Amino acid sequence: MVTLKIDGKKVTVRKLSTVLDAARKLDIPIPTLCHHPELSPFGGCRLCLIEIKGYPKPVASCTTFAKEGMEIITASPSLEKLRRTTLELILSDHPKDCMVCERAGDCKLQELAYFYGIRENRFEGERRIYTKKDNNPFVAREMEKCILCGQCVRICDEIQGVGAIDFAYRGLKTKICPPFEKDLDCEFCGQCVSVCPTGALTGKMWAHKGRQNFKEVETVCPYCGCGCNLTLHVWRNEVIRVSSKEDTINEGWLCAKGRFGYGFIHSPDRLAKPLIRTAPKEGVDLNKPQNSSRFTIHDSQFKEVSWDEALDYIAVKLKETKEKYGSDAVGGLSSARCTNEENYLFQKFIRAVIGTNNVDHCARY
Amino acid sequence: MTNSIPEIENHDVIFVIGSNTTETHPIIGLRMKKAVKRGADLIVADPRRIDLVRSSSLWLQQTPGTDVALLNSIMHVIVKEDFIDKKFIEERTEGFESFKDSLDEFTPEAGERITGVPKEKIVKAAFLYGDAVRPGIYYTMGITQHTHGTENVYAIANLALMTGNLGRESTGVNPLRGQNNVQGATDMGCIPDFYPGYQRVDVPGIKQKFEKAWGVKLSDKPGLKAPEMIRAAIEGKLRALYIMGENPILSDPDVRHTINALKNLDFLVVQDIFLTETAELADVILPSACYAEKNGTFTNTSRTVQRIRKAVEPPGDAKADSYSISELGKRFGYEMNYNLMEDIFQEAKKLWPALVGVTYKRISKAGLQWPCPTLDHPGTPYLFKGGFPRGRATFTSVRYRASEELPDNDYPFLLSTGRQLFQYHTGSMTRRVDAINMVSPGAYIEIHPDDADKLNVRDGDIVKVTSRRGSLDIEVMVSERPLKGLVFIPFHYREAAANLLTNTALDPVAKIPELKVCAVKIEQSNK
Amino acid sequence: MNKDIAIKVCAGTGGVASGGEEVLSAFRNSISSAGLEATIYEKCSAHRVGCRGFCAKDVLVDVIINGEKTTYKHIKPDMVARIFDEHIMKGNPVTEWIVGEAYFNFHNKQTKVVLSHCGEIDPEDINAYIAVGGYKAAKKAFASMSPEEIVDVVKSSNLRGRGGAGFPTGIKWELGLRIESDIKYVICNGDEGDPGAFMDRSVMEGDPHAVIEGMIICAKATGSHHGYIYVRAEYPLAVKRLQMAIDQCKQSGFLGNNIFGTDFGFDLKIFQGAGAFVCGEATALMRSIEGKRGMPTPKLWRSAEKGLWDKPTVLNNVETFANIPRIIMNGANWYRNLGTDRSGGTKVFSLSGKVKNTGLIEVPLGVTLRDIIFDIGGGIEGEKSFKALQTGGPSGGCIPAEFLDTEVDYESLAQVGSIMGSGGMVVLDETSCMVNTAKFFLEFTQAESCGKCTPCRIGTKRMLEILERITSGNGKEGDIELLEELGHHIRATSLCGLGMTAPNPVLSTLRYFRNEYESHIRDKKCPAAVCKDLITYSVLEEICNGCGACKRACPADAVRGKRKSPHRIDPEICIKCGTCFDACKFKAIIKI
Repeated sequence: MVTLKIDGKKVTVRKLSTVLDAARKLDIPIPTLCHHPELSPFGGCRLCLIEIKGYPKPVASCTTFAKEGMEIITASPSLEKLRRTTLELILSDHPKDCMVCERAGDCKLQELAYFYGIRENRFEGERRIYTKKDNNPFVAREMEKCILCGQCVRICDEIQGVGAIDFAYRGLKTKICPPFEKDLDCEFCGQCVSVCPTGALTGKMWAHKGRQNFKEVETVCPYCGCGCNLTLHVWRNEVIRVSSKEDTINEGWLCAKGRFGYGFIHSPDRLAKPLIRTAPKEGVDLNKPQNSSRFTIHDSQFKEVSWDEALDYIAVKLKETKEKYGSDAVGGLSSARCTNEENYLFQKFIRAVIGTNNVDHCARY
Repeated sequence: MTNSIPEIENHDVIFVIGSNTTETHPIIGLRMKKAVKRGADLIVADPRRIDLVRSSSLWLQQTPGTDVALLNSIMHVIVKEDFIDKKFIEERTEGFESFKDSLDEFTPEAGERITGVPKEKIVKAAFLYGDAVRPGIYYTMGITQHTHGTENVYAIANLALMTGNLGRESTGVNPLRGQNNVQGATDMGCIPDFYPGYQRVDVPGIKQKFEKAWGVKLSDKPGLKAPEMIRAAIEGKLRALYIMGENPILSDPDVRHTINALKNLDFLVVQDIFLTETAELADVILPSACYAEKNGTFTNTSRTVQRIRKAVEPPGDAKADSYSISELGKRFGYEMNYNLMEDIFQEAKKLWPALVGVTYKRISKAGLQWPCPTLDHPGTPYLFKGGFPRGRATFTSVRYRASEELPDNDYPFLLSTGRQLFQYHTGSMTRRVDAINMVSPGAYIEIHPDDADKLNVRDGDIVKVTSRRGSLDIEVMVSERPLKGLVFIPFHYREAAANLLTNTALDPVAKIPELKVCAVKIEQSNK
Repeated sequence: MNKDIAIKVCAGTGGVASGGEEVLSAFRNSISSAGLEATIYEKCSAHRVGCRGFCAKDVLVDVIINGEKTTYKHIKPDMVARIFDEHIMKGNPVTEWIVGEAYFNFHNKQTKVVLSHCGEIDPEDINAYIAVGGYKAAKKAFASMSPEEIVDVVKSSNLRGRGGAGFPTGIKWELGLRIESDIKYVICNGDEGDPGAFMDRSVMEGDPHAVIEGMIICAKATGSHHGYIYVRAEYPLAVKRLQMAIDQCKQSGFLGNNIFGTDFGFDLKIFQGAGAFVCGEATALMRSIEGKRGMPTPKLWRSAEKGLWDKPTVLNNVETFANIPRIIMNGANWYRNLGTDRSGGTKVFSLSGKVKNTGLIEVPLGVTLRDIIFDIGGGIEGEKSFKALQTGGPSGGCIPAEFLDTEVDYESLAQVGSIMGSGGMVVLDETSCMVNTAKFFLEFTQAESCGKCTPCRIGTKRMLEILERITSGNGKEGDIELLEELGHHIRATSLCGLGMTAPNPVLSTLRYFRNEYESHIRDKKCPAAVCKDLITYSVLEEICNGCGACKRACPADAVRGKRKSPHRIDPEICIKCGTCFDACKFKAIIKI
């Protein structure tokens, strides 16, 4: 453990903590655009500069270990001037289209520009222009908005272990792209999107679905057994986006299915009415497309009925079977897609009401 | 899982066998990669060059279905090199001596002969695992979906027991559950031989407890397991089936067999969010609410009970599954009325002490891992800390037994089926997400380049794959991933349903079908 | 009559570019076609030698007959026959081709330590190196010195990092020795990237074994068993010769397992860089070896603690390593006494620009800039006056005449606003525009910025844009202040040395030549008449005799006038290419 003083306040942190970690522990805000607690230190944006007593010049707090007895100043007129100039430089190479930007209101750069009140820019000059290569269905890449914080590159390499993107070119022309500047072709986990501080990387499926006033609902992913925590962004009875928070068991990481696989919720194929068979059972034609059932089978073989009609019918048929062949001629298959409560009720129904232990679920597949 | 997910990153050795973790459990896969980054050695045993192989220090490419021989020969070396934990064996296990003798024949040479894994690698695996301080074993259906799946699991248990690698932090045996709430469905008693909380239906006293709680007489005859129900339907012994959220036509082996079974029923109710392949054969279809439209809890693979919350209203008249079950109960004169979802949970807790400490309030932010017996219990990140519930753990000697249907002259290729990153299970959900369909549009068969040469097929060609049960036309993906002679088809795609081909042979104990091994032939397609 | 004849042909990159290989084969042909008389010549060999420094006079050829050396300059293949006939056969040197006084002045004021073998021995033959005492130092280090003793010698020699930053080499080695680790690395930084600098290349080409020997001694001193030489792929000859040298060392048991018969192993590999300037920065270089993009990483750890693949790493420059064998053999005192109090030894510079003698030089630290420019360099070319000396490459600064008596050292050069750097020296005279010079260097650093940190990526670009504005006549009041602010900002906030020093050319010229900036901005004039947009060409009518040379030469048809009467340049059409200026024999065209 080391103890140091930041802005006059003492703080004790573990060895090998950075000065930024220590300041965050004290809840002292130091602006950063490239830092991520789970990723390796980068030191690219140069906004988190601080002064350390006895050091000849300011250093980046994200890449300086806290040492015993350090005395640190996180805000001084000269530091604020340096930060302001750095911000001006970043903004001089950034489009000013916050009006229509997907991330407006949720953009770290916009927020800092707001705090520092940067309206005019003394450094207007050449900006990077890109031809879009954007045929993938998940990640919208507006690379003009990229501030080269490198978080996407690091998360893809260090967390995801994929390395689909990296820095390319030099000088002002530096950009982040897949090899040979091809279009993105990767696992589409969207982790890069989740860490992008600006509107450079956004999810295509949540474009123009709403930036504000959505409700956030905390829940759990319906796919594999990892149990990742999801935050559903809900606007007018529609899930418009899925994200995950850093303080979850999945540390905020999600895969392609968890992050982008929510479209089925509002699929037009969803069953909306109880159905009762009206025609004899045919086989199952697996060569028809997935969504064909709703339009063909649905209408030709079933009719829509009320819940009462459907439930009455089921009750009659199950009773009939039970009476005729005994309880053990009835079975129930439940599902991992159902909740614990539903599964409990289901087995209780089969056991207590039908009277058989013929209940199972899909664990074998 | 005996451990929790965050513990993964502190393993010093991770042994993944029969789990394509980064595709089937991507976020657990990330933790494994993190562990590797922090210095852990990763051993991967898989017939395919799965993504994890890239991060591994050792890859054992065994012939599918030879896991017992592989594990036994690793254990042979562990005994020989004296990596065993004598104290653990003495204090916490029984039957080691006779088990030890059963390993004699499984020399690394014998292991190499059966599994195809070079003996040096078998020895290296034994040294890595045997010498580890905090090793974890991870497996999924590559281990279980065999006619000898139970033996595979016993072999894994033996390995962990003889080295004393159970019951410590970041040390244990971790089967990964493939679906979001498989753990919960099992916990809650949706299995034919157990009531909620793994309480046997045929043990006296337990039945009485449930009869008292539920106010009815109960049967003490263990019921049929899912594959047995399908068989019973064919045989006419099962006449009515109520399926809640399942799609066995695509997920179960031998699609034709499953279709015949379901058609043979007098009455089939399917409750689902889509008109699935299975629902096409239903007499009544009930529209369900999906996960985003209901409240309740899911239990993940690491026994963590977590809250799910209603975010949107279900479409049209669709309703949460609890509604239809309660309403049906009512129609049978059995009231199942609960004011709140948590009331159901409360009732389950009363019958299963391991959940007593879990309340909706306590898990409002983060979940709790059962066992959690009291309201101030912090949950149990890893199991068997103080000992095993049944006292001493028993070593079970297992002998290697070949899979049921192996390649022969007529059906020269070995087919394994499984999952792929983008799609999920029978595709009823993911295949309705346009973006996912764009990157993962259709089925394919992975064929080793040498086999492709022999068959004279190239990437993108359509071939006809036939087994003794059926055939399908499918696109070729020439790939270095599978072993020579092995082909792989993901089972998510209805238009080339892998389960048209698979074998219904079951493991005699767990009744799990042998989806990882069957014999097929491959021909040029007329299409 | 027995004669001992040796012919040495400069075959460094400079020599090869001027036709060294052809000259060499011409000599060889002559010798073999004279084979009939071979009995006369008991020993006559012709071989290639590494760069000998005075590249301006390439191809340089030494003809040594019975120990008497004659050096020829500017030799072309067709000149070989005459040298062979007259000098070698008949014993009469071809006097008009022999190097003159300038050549001797160029060499006499220098002290050759690192360059002492360059141009003297065949760099492709380990025996040539051994013959001049090579690998004695390494053998000594292995036979009779402990790692601590080696470190002590290097420490007290006052040798400092020749890559430019001047970190004391002994202290670096001591850190490397003290850290305990299963794996340690020694890296030689041969990624010489400054425009116009070729010190390290010449050493790698001319004396590769010295570099390797230095690394072997470092390996012993720090307990490292793995080494890399990072050379840019644009130095193919250096790569080739280093590889030959490594192979020869392995055969001789100087590299590999059990070197010099001990149980110590040292494995050395060459890693070829792809030519990014920033890869000369230590952390970027190590990332590059790791297979990542060469980008500087924040120095949370010293390289000696966590360097290549997070293992302790000692990284030194080519020249630093090449000094080591001499220090071990001649002792720390000898080396320390060559230099100043704070830094021992000599430093190699590449002297270029507007001086008479350009090329590689090696001087003891503490020599004055004046000595270098006017004695070794022979003074300014033509009848121009000295304006400034640019040192340290694109990261350095410009030193004006008033500081010509500054003694060359890390601290003293920093004091006058420049740096030692890796050793580039460009002499500027009155025809050099300081704003343009600053712009030239900034263009380079901006283009070579790795793009990682904001000030270097965007800040240098904005500075460049301001300089472009100023040199094109669009400078505004306030631009100088903005340049200064940005310059200080970039210096204070950049992540690595490239960014921190990138504003130096601008800041140092602003310090000493601010008036030139002001003329560009206020008067829209370039005092040195360099910036195209700020100069006009006109004809002095009193001198012009109407010869029409300028008119014929003008590519834009901007020159008007009748034959034999004074011409005129139409400023509207003139594209300021300067062709007329060069074409006029009567100096009747001026640019202002």
